[in-house]
Amino acid sequence: MASIEQPRLVAGGNVRRRKLVNRAVESSWLLAAGLAVAVLGVVTVSVLLKGIPAIDGDLFIKTQATFGESGGGIAHAFVGSLVLVGVAAALALPVGVLAAIYISEFAEQRVARVIRLMLDVLNGLPSIVIGIFLFALLVVGRGQNAFIGSLALAIIMLPLIARSTQEVLALVPAHLREASLALGVSKWRTIVGVIIPTTFSGILTGTTLAVARAAGETAPLLFTCSLFTNSVAFSPTHALASVPVVIFTYAEAPDQHLNDQAWAAAFVLITFVLVTSLASRAALARSRRRLER
Amino acid sequence: VPEMEVATPPDALRSRRRLGDRIGDTALHVLTGLAGLGSIALVGLIAYRVVYGAWPAIQKFGLAFVWNESWDPVTSRFGALDFLYGTAVTSFAAVLIAGPLAIAIALFLTELAPPAVRGVIGSLVEMLAAVPSVVLGLWGIFVLGPFVRDHVDPWLNSWFGWIPLFEGTPQQAGMLPAILILAIMIVPITASVSRELFKSVPSELKEGAYGLGLTRWEMVRGVVLPYTRGGVVAAVLLGMGRAVGEAIAVTQVIGGFTGIPTSLFQPGDTLASRIAAQYQGAVSNIHIASIVYLALILLVFALLTNLAAQVIVRRFEFQRTGGS
Repeated sequence: MASIEQPRLVAGGNVRRRKLVNRAVESSWLLAAGLAVAVLGVVTVSVLLKGIPAIDGDLFIKTQATFGESGGGIAHAFVGSLVLVGVAAALALPVGVLAAIYISEFAEQRVARVIRLMLDVLNGLPSIVIGIFLFALLVVGRGQNAFIGSLALAIIMLPLIARSTQEVLALVPAHLREASLALGVSKWRTIVGVIIPTTFSGILTGTTLAVARAAGETAPLLFTCSLFTNSVAFSPTHALASVPVVIFTYAEAPDQHLNDQAWAAAFVLITFVLVTSLASRAALARSRRRLER
Repeated sequence: VPEMEVATPPDALRSRRRLGDRIGDTALHVLTGLAGLGSIALVGLIAYRVVYGAWPAIQKFGLAFVWNESWDPVTSRFGALDFLYGTAVTSFAAVLIAGPLAIAIALFLTELAPPAVRGVIGSLVEMLAAVPSVVLGLWGIFVLGPFVRDHVDPWLNSWFGWIPLFEGTPQQAGMLPAILILAIMIVPITASVSRELFKSVPSELKEGAYGLGLTRWEMVRGVVLPYTRGGVVAAVLLGMGRAVGEAIAVTQVIGGFTGIPTSLFQPGDTLASRIAAQYQGAVSNIHIASIVYLALILLVFALLTNLAAQVIVRRFEFQRTGGS
């Protein structure tokens, strides 16, 4: 006759084993998190230790010294980055915001879904592919210039701006929109006068996040805006230097002095990127909370 | 007075609206529509232009380009096999390292960490994603590379030297530093997506599992992971897509070698890093077209992984919300 085993209700060896396994797995989670933080720490500390000693006033006001000589700076790269990212933001911001408004205010569900998918695809494209696309489209046969570089950065910023804007637009309370329409205000006045002002800070922080990302991008600039002269220039009709490209080339230069400047530039870049993205992340969370309330 | 009009027909209302409003509504609709549809057109244009740019190489080498094993600008013979191999090995190994780490971090953040710690560690991990790849590459050249050569390579060699992957002389630039750099890049992406997934698990299910006397790990294994399985696969896939497409940091540390490295200590090259490395040198038309061909392979791969990840995520959300 088969006997049914009675469940034991006292803590036996099995429970002890289960607890041990649990403790081991939990420790491995803690270790993994610690490891990620440690890696960030090591990278940041390296950049601090190697970058700060190489920073001097010349870095920001002089351009590259003649080969073998010490001194000099990367003023041309700072100016170039400013122009490149500025033009890119000016291109991407209106298109991104308009696309987001179309998705959330005008488009049919089906069309909106397709556009969102395409924006996600665009966001997932390797940035080097975007560089090659513009290289094949505009550079071959004509040569590089900073406008093409800005276009490449704008394509990278577009999905970031559009998606973050669309996400804050979706949070606008329906009663705001309905109240405005019920007062007889037309749709476009509602959008421009009520919806955009409500989401303005969210749009702004989304754009800042995109700027931080674009400022650190090297790959899209290699084929579109990397063959530049070492002088400070503002016109986007020529190839302009940029901080990431300068780090890229100086890092592999057989010259200790240029290596040091690459570290100094990396320090400035990483500070800019981390501070802006942290600040805008915090601001985004705050404006999202305010809208959700 | 039966002839008094009480209700104005809608048509009359419409025509009485101010002209400016009618123009404004239409203009904003058209303008935003252009921007929205322009984003679709942009993806199409990118695909078209990359195929068009690669066309001379497609005509000359055909599909054989993919398994052709040479990259020689002097004789104008180009092929992608070496770089496909490098891409496959580095991305796969990076995912192997980063995937479990990222999932563990996400579990730590959702299940284990107290709220105060959660916020801090969570934003630190996100900051790792914000580090520009060129800075990570710079660090790879001067810090990670020498460390791998002096410590990691010899250690791996002394323990696992009998495996061909860990044979040979330790070097500063090679596959191993590239794998480690890529792993660092994947972790924050996969971790933040997984974290959102784990957060979405209903607390009734978790509490039910705890109520049955399960330990935390048993609850995770029995409830959280099965519930989010599809999404976690998508998160890993997104991380892999990032690894495959990363050009700058990899080209800085991998050593730029044409050929198939048998050991992880040797230099190699990936599709993306070979493209980046050629930014000054391409002169002949067929050379340029071959570079664009490499980008085309990357583009196809990126489209496939992204769409697959999207489909998985959509299906996951559909399941979770019961199709509402």
